[in-house]
Amino acid sequence: MRAQIAVYGVLAALALIAPFLGLYPVFLMKLLCFAMFACAFNLLLGFTKMLSFGHAAYFGASAYVTGWLVTAMGWGTVAGILGGVGVAMVLGLVIGAIAVRRQGIYFAMITLALAQVVFFVCLQANFTGGENGLQGIPRGSVLGVIPLGGDRTMYYFVLAVFIAIFLLIRRIVHSPFGQVLKAIRANEPRAVSLGYKVDRYKLAAFVLSASLAGLAGSLKALVLGFVTLSDVSQGNSGEVILMTLLGGSGTFLGPVIGAFLVVTLQEYLSDLVGAWVSVMIGAIFVVCVLIFRRGFVGEIQRRFAASSD
Amino acid sequence: MLGLVNGSFYALLSLGLAVIFGLLGVVNFAHGAFYMLGAFAAYIGLSALGINYWWALLLAPLAVGLLGIVIERLFLRHLYQVEPVYGLLLTFGIALIAEGVMRSQFGASGKSYPVPALLQGVFNLGFMMLPIYRAWVIFASVAVCFITWFLIERTHLGARLRAATENAKLVQAFGINVPLLVMCTYGAGVALAALAGVLAAPVVQVSPLMGSSLVIVVFAVVVIGGMGSILGAIISGLVLGLIEGLTKVVYPEASNIVVFIIMALVLIWRPAGLFGKEP
Repeated sequence: MRAQIAVYGVLAALALIAPFLGLYPVFLMKLLCFAMFACAFNLLLGFTKMLSFGHAAYFGASAYVTGWLVTAMGWGTVAGILGGVGVAMVLGLVIGAIAVRRQGIYFAMITLALAQVVFFVCLQANFTGGENGLQGIPRGSVLGVIPLGGDRTMYYFVLAVFIAIFLLIRRIVHSPFGQVLKAIRANEPRAVSLGYKVDRYKLAAFVLSASLAGLAGSLKALVLGFVTLSDVSQGNSGEVILMTLLGGSGTFLGPVIGAFLVVTLQEYLSDLVGAWVSVMIGAIFVVCVLIFRRGFVGEIQRRFAASSD
Repeated sequence: MLGLVNGSFYALLSLGLAVIFGLLGVVNFAHGAFYMLGAFAAYIGLSALGINYWWALLLAPLAVGLLGIVIERLFLRHLYQVEPVYGLLLTFGIALIAEGVMRSQFGASGKSYPVPALLQGVFNLGFMMLPIYRAWVIFASVAVCFITWFLIERTHLGARLRAATENAKLVQAFGINVPLLVMCTYGAGVALAALAGVLAAPVVQVSPLMGSSLVIVVFAVVVIGGMGSILGAIISGLVLGLIEGLTKVVYPEASNIVVFIIMALVLIWRPAGLFGKEP
């Protein structure tokens, strides 16, 4: 426990001084957005064992809605974010209600197929800009008080939201609600026989995860100032799975580390190797699934547990 | 008519997917990639080696099927003990690798593959013109689907396969080499996907990304038909292709999503799928 607090303290300190270490703030914000996305996804995969193969739908839809509200409708930044998250929440409720009827593989396939519907709607609807996506999304200000135009101010805003969400997810997992989710993960029939309305718990977890994924998408739209179809595509859904798996699903820090690794890899390699990036991502997937299913943080925790025995 | 052609591809692909799922319990995300590789095998065969369409129809599925067998032996085999979602994730990774390799070699743009001389031209049906090649695709797919169904439901080999699907351990105890059966089944399912790829090559553009969106539609088809149901996969493949084709005429904007909408409706009404047995 003490080691954990120390790790968090060091990471938080690093995050606070990161912009002064010569790191590019926009890149850091992108890292944080994807880390938040992965944490939201992990709430589902890691703590309830539901593999959603369509989380890009909530991330992307929320990004589009926020971008559209802020740009075309002239909404404020916070209202725009809330609007995006609201849409992600509704989508999560509808898709989740259909998907939780089935489990395991079927759940994955259904979420994937319904996310594809969202993708095609984004491709064809008027407000999304079709193949071009949305561009020139203004960052605005927090309730007219703190202008977010500067990269550093925006960075601390995103960091604050990220830390709040990270703590919120910890709180959810450790709450009675989270305990029920863990019970369902461990043994669903037993949870049913104890009288829990399992489907409702799963749906609640799904909606929560979708909303937080949406929040990550909204922030990403504001940070980068644009939204493209790749935000809502199945490739993005696959990447968030990889981030979570690589870092360690079911751990708190795992998805954060996984997101940092995957985004950094893409950022620095896409110029060097072009189309081979997707080969590498695929190869990491294969290695992860075959011999590294616990992920980085999962492996470290296991070593620690083994050595303290 | 175009709908029925697409339906033929859906039927071939979802058939392979259903057979593989039945025996291996793996949802093969790489199915679209194998379809793409089949089409590329035909394209490379023609442009580099001078192998004509008819030989490609035989050789491309063989080559891709062998690749599938190698993948099963090297990777998939190690995942039968863990949860089935890992099989899905592994094959997703394999699909990414295959797509990335082909894209770096051939670029993202589509290549065209000529219709073989024997099948050029059109039938005049009086009310419409039917290209001979399209009729051939439908005929060939239905024939292959029927042969596969016959093999599985009416032969000794098929009986063993169905028995192994039911209870692999017991069948193994009877002295049947189940791992070999599993390996060959995966190879055969993958070969079916490659065959669909060769059939599709002259109709669609051969491109590295041709399989990635198709595989999701095929997933939906299989969910609608009921996973593991072979006849269900064939019928729902054809019917959904037809529905999609009709939607394209009536309300083109919805043609991309109509299959998914039907899937959602089927799931609400009958969670196990139309032909599925389990609750």
